[in-house]
Amino acid sequence: MTIEEIQNEIISEFDMFNDWIEKYEYIIDLGKSLPVIKTQYKTQENIIRGCQSKVWLYAENIDNKLIFTADSDAIITKGIIAILIRTFSNQSAEEIINAKTDFVEKIGLKEHLSQTRANGLSSMIKQIKLYAVAYSNK
Amino acid sequence: MKNTAFNIVSIRNDFPILNSKVNGKQLVYLDNAATTQTPKVVIDSLVSYYSKINANIHRGAHYLSQKATEAYEQARKKFQKHFNAKSSNEIIFTSGTTHSINLVANGFVNLLKSGDEIIVSHLEHHSNIVPWQMLCEKTGATMRVIPMNEKGELIFSEYEKLLSNKTKVVFVNHVSNALGTINPIKEIIRKAHKFGSAVLIDGAQALPHFKVDVIDLDVDFYVGSAHKLYGPTGVGILYGKEKWLNKIPPYQGGGEMIDEVTFEKTTYAKLPNKFEAGTPNIGGVIASGVAIDYINKIGFENIAKREIELLDYATKKLLEIDEIKIYGNSSNKTSVISFNIGSIHPYDIGSIIDNEGIAVRTGHHCAQPIMDYFNISGTIRISLSFYNTIEEIDSLINSIMVAKKMLS
Ligand SMILES: Cc1ncc(COP(=O)(O)O)c(C=O)c1O
Repeated sequence: MTIEEIQNEIISEFDMFNDWIEKYEYIIDLGKSLPVIKTQYKTQENIIRGCQSKVWLYAENIDNKLIFTADSDAIITKGIIAILIRTFSNQSAEEIINAKTDFVEKIGLKEHLSQTRANGLSSMIKQIKLYAVAYSNK
Repeated sequence: MKNTAFNIVSIRNDFPILNSKVNGKQLVYLDNAATTQTPKVVIDSLVSYYSKINANIHRGAHYLSQKATEAYEQARKKFQKHFNAKSSNEIIFTSGTTHSINLVANGFVNLLKSGDEIIVSHLEHHSNIVPWQMLCEKTGATMRVIPMNEKGELIFSEYEKLLSNKTKVVFVNHVSNALGTINPIKEIIRKAHKFGSAVLIDGAQALPHFKVDVIDLDVDFYVGSAHKLYGPTGVGILYGKEKWLNKIPPYQGGGEMIDEVTFEKTTYAKLPNKFEAGTPNIGGVIASGVAIDYINKIGFENIAKREIELLDYATKKLLEIDEIKIYGNSSNKTSVISFNIGSIHPYDIGSIIDNEGIAVRTGHHCAQPIMDYFNISGTIRISLSFYNTIEEIDSLINSIMVAKKMLS
């Protein structure tokens, strides 16, 4: 699937929920299924700044696709990063660079995130795009 | 004159914000250690200042300037009286606790030399650590740390061992913002003075809970923020003994703090203006004076009684939750409870209960050394004010139970 198709899929999943509790429960479940970063990459330099919880994100290039793995000490943060990884992992650097990110607003997540968490979310997206830029220059 | 009946309904009506809804839910504000809410009399005083007497102080000969100057200086007198300071020259208005501490730390740059020591406590807020580290870098002085115990109390016997003739300044908070521990500052000050050391007490978390008597404490510097004292943001207080304030140089140069200026040399104004360069937060200072009147009218005895009741109830209820761990178990603490539940990240609980309208603080509370001591990244902290209620604590507990269920 293309990034856009995955994003539309996520938007329609979130449309089914009636209230924030259901959304949060879903995010928490997603957090539990996050493709977890290998311990050797859980280093200081793979930490994303701007998050109140710790987030480690790592990308590797396999057959010209970027594969993301991550972890966080907070489960809701893990769920959010799981949504991003589902969207952007296994795509080419170029597609990631050109992808729109407004699906985050469309799933109505931001209004239930505290400002620091919303900032953390923006930092995660930025870091994903930075990885893509780095790999496309190689 | 006696007005000791504590009427919670009327008190809550004094605070317009307490009736608001957040995320569609009734606000439950339990983050009073970060900032206290503002009573209507204080808000009114800001409005009245800007509507009626806004003018620059100490400068104009005109009517408004005189009115504003009088009101500003009257606020200074209120703080002098509140602190039982000898002279209103000893009360300096700043922009906050952080500014006050930087002002004092900077004042010691020329008084310290390599080999001198300064003493900090393990329980400090970053703003009572970093300015002093900067001082050490500039002077070559060394920082020593008073250690803490499992209960979140300072180990006094270790403090005594750190003191020596090399000690030049001791800086400790009156109350820990992260744990609520009340430190034995009178004893800390007395011991430091035996070695001729100056003492700065960070009273940011103490001022909303008790009346401070600087003469009884014999403290050299005592600092706080009006926004944690039911006043507006942007106003800080620095009490300093006159002999110390005369000894340390001004922090900032500018208007208002001078006596005479030529390009060759400037002589500084007398206290307190020496430390109040530029146009201060005039409206904010005046409103802070109104806040002082407001809490004195409620009475610190009533405040203490009420807050202890709330603290005991909240502690009891929280302890009924499985796997809860409370950090900071001193028998001598203010109405602050810092805790974690099992291995759940504090931020997860904070985010979920925020959706229920409940405002708490999560994270390291600008006190990373304390978190390191307990080997945690942060806690959930509730901090109660006299205007909080038993019902609000019940809502907190219910929401935590919902969050816990969702997260485990
Ligand atoms: C103990 C303590 N010191 C200093 C500060 C800093 O106060 P301000 O941000 O008002 O300068 C705080 C605020 O949280 C505090 O709790």
